[in-house]
Amino acid sequence: MTTPMANTSTRNKERGQITELIQETLALTKRLFIQLIRRPSTLIAGIIQPLIWLVLFGALFANAPASLLPGGMSYGTFLGAGVIVFTAFSGALNAGLPVMFDREFGFLNRLLVAPLRSRSSIVFASVIYITSISLLQSIAIMGTTFLLGYGWPGFAGLLVVFLTLLLLVFAVTAMSLGLAFALPGHIELIAVIFIVNLPLLFASTALAPISFMPVWLGWLASLNPLTFAIEPIRAAYGGPIDLGIVLLHAPYGDVTGFGCLRVLMVFTIGLFFLIRPLLNRKLA
Amino acid sequence: MSLIELRDLVKSYGAVQALKGLTLKVPRGSLFGLLGPNGAGKSTTLRIISTLLAPDAGHVNVAGFDALKDPQAIRRELGYVAQEVAIDKILTGRELLNLQGNLYHLRESKRIERIDELIDLLSMEEWIDRRCGSYSGGMRRRLDLASGLLHQPQLLVLDEPTVGLDIESRSAIWQLLRELKVKGTTVLLSSHYLEEVEALADQMAIIDDGRVIAEGVPEQLKKELGGDRITLRVREFSDENESGQVRKLLEDIKGVSQVVVNRAQGFSLNLVVDDESILSVIREVLEKSNFKVFAIAQSRASLDDVYLQATGRTLMDAELAVAGERDFKLENKKSMR
Repeated sequence: MTTPMANTSTRNKERGQITELIQETLALTKRLFIQLIRRPSTLIAGIIQPLIWLVLFGALFANAPASLLPGGMSYGTFLGAGVIVFTAFSGALNAGLPVMFDREFGFLNRLLVAPLRSRSSIVFASVIYITSISLLQSIAIMGTTFLLGYGWPGFAGLLVVFLTLLLLVFAVTAMSLGLAFALPGHIELIAVIFIVNLPLLFASTALAPISFMPVWLGWLASLNPLTFAIEPIRAAYGGPIDLGIVLLHAPYGDVTGFGCLRVLMVFTIGLFFLIRPLLNRKLA
Repeated sequence: MSLIELRDLVKSYGAVQALKGLTLKVPRGSLFGLLGPNGAGKSTTLRIISTLLAPDAGHVNVAGFDALKDPQAIRRELGYVAQEVAIDKILTGRELLNLQGNLYHLRESKRIERIDELIDLLSMEEWIDRRCGSYSGGMRRRLDLASGLLHQPQLLVLDEPTVGLDIESRSAIWQLLRELKVKGTTVLLSSHYLEEVEALADQMAIIDDGRVIAEGVPEQLKKELGGDRITLRVREFSDENESGQVRKLLEDIKGVSQVVVNRAQGFSLNLVVDDESILSVIREVLEKSNFKVFAIAQSRASLDDVYLQATGRTLMDAELAVAGERDFKLENKKSMR
């Protein structure tokens, strides 16, 4: 062993702060991916579950009159967008769980005694991980949707799909990480996930258009962030995409595709600013 | 020169006051033992030094840096081995060390070199590429030590490093800590084992109820206490009455400063005497009064006596007193962020 102290100060001068931030973020991300590869059951379930939704739910309402659905699309095509968004949403909602377990088992302390360039790297790693998984799942669902004959978004459509998903995943991941630091333990976090998950699905336009719903539910659905992610993706499936046209006939007025994305953007940025002080306090 | 300086630390968890004005100096290059019963405030003190906790009041300086103003600088100089072994069961030992190396921003070549050195030093070859979930307690603790040492810190902080370990792992860890000290690393460890501090530490402090009640060189502390200890039995199992009579006789001897009847050990008698020459006097006095000497043992003051002197109870009694009322939920919460 060489003498201690000798190399610390010189080492830090040599290397840029950004390099160090990238180094620690990548290392933390790598850990999450190693866990995923050695314990792939959540990923496999996360891909199979939406496919079951797609096949079973799609079959359940296969005979719904096409005239009730926007643009006369089949129910399968209609549902595809809903399932893509719901899958990304549930995945991101679970983002806080690994962090919660790290808190509970004391692994977080190991990270917190290290001279991290920024403790945001813990958050960045989770975001990179969840985003990659969500995109992977979405591609699997889109592939299946295509094989089932429910169509494929064009190139511009694909960009809209991924942009929309990114906005949603960032927002929900931030929320889940916030909860992971605010709640006392994983039991409470799982309880919140349970309560939030399905109701948000049913109170959105994932499974049925607003015109199907009683007025009160229509109101809920047109305030639900999931709806604002579903509509642009659905539009991407409905032929050449035009975000300028009205996609959502909400009780409070019509919303265009750009309108949906703007709402999502505000939602994401809003959540980010809401949660940042909490993360800063817990990770300071 | 002190590597760590703590002044008037106060820390509460809700209504429980863990530290009540703790002041402590740890000299550079020492192997420092922090002795005290469970719940005395040892872990809290070490967490504050490691920048995991901020004190409610007081001053913390480690390696010349203020813990509240520049925790980042302290973290670079310090390796921390926690009491609760926090290991990712899915990763292999090597993967965990690599992660750790990246968190301390070691270059790849340096990382590989250091990991190989530590595998060798801690004899982990056989296990390093297996998942941590399959490790024994001793192997986990070795891995934890390796991750604490990876970045060659000038200060290694260990919270109860050998609790629950087998003898082999324990002596391996003791050996390593001694070697570290020889190479110039300052080692600070907490323990509620007297033997551990006795065997390892060249400097120590005794903590009780959130305060330092004695500190210095172990030998010196025992010396300052003065006197020798004598344990005496007039038969294998005396009764209270008999031991009481013997006590009266002994108390009158010049040079015997304290006589206690130890109920827990068959009413044997514990004496504090000026020096060992008094042994013959004791025998003489007892024989005159027709008492036989069944067993007589003489020893020098131990660290337990130092603790006893300062708190009025033995370390064992202190342990037992809190054993039933430890709040594990609260302790867990303390370590959670």
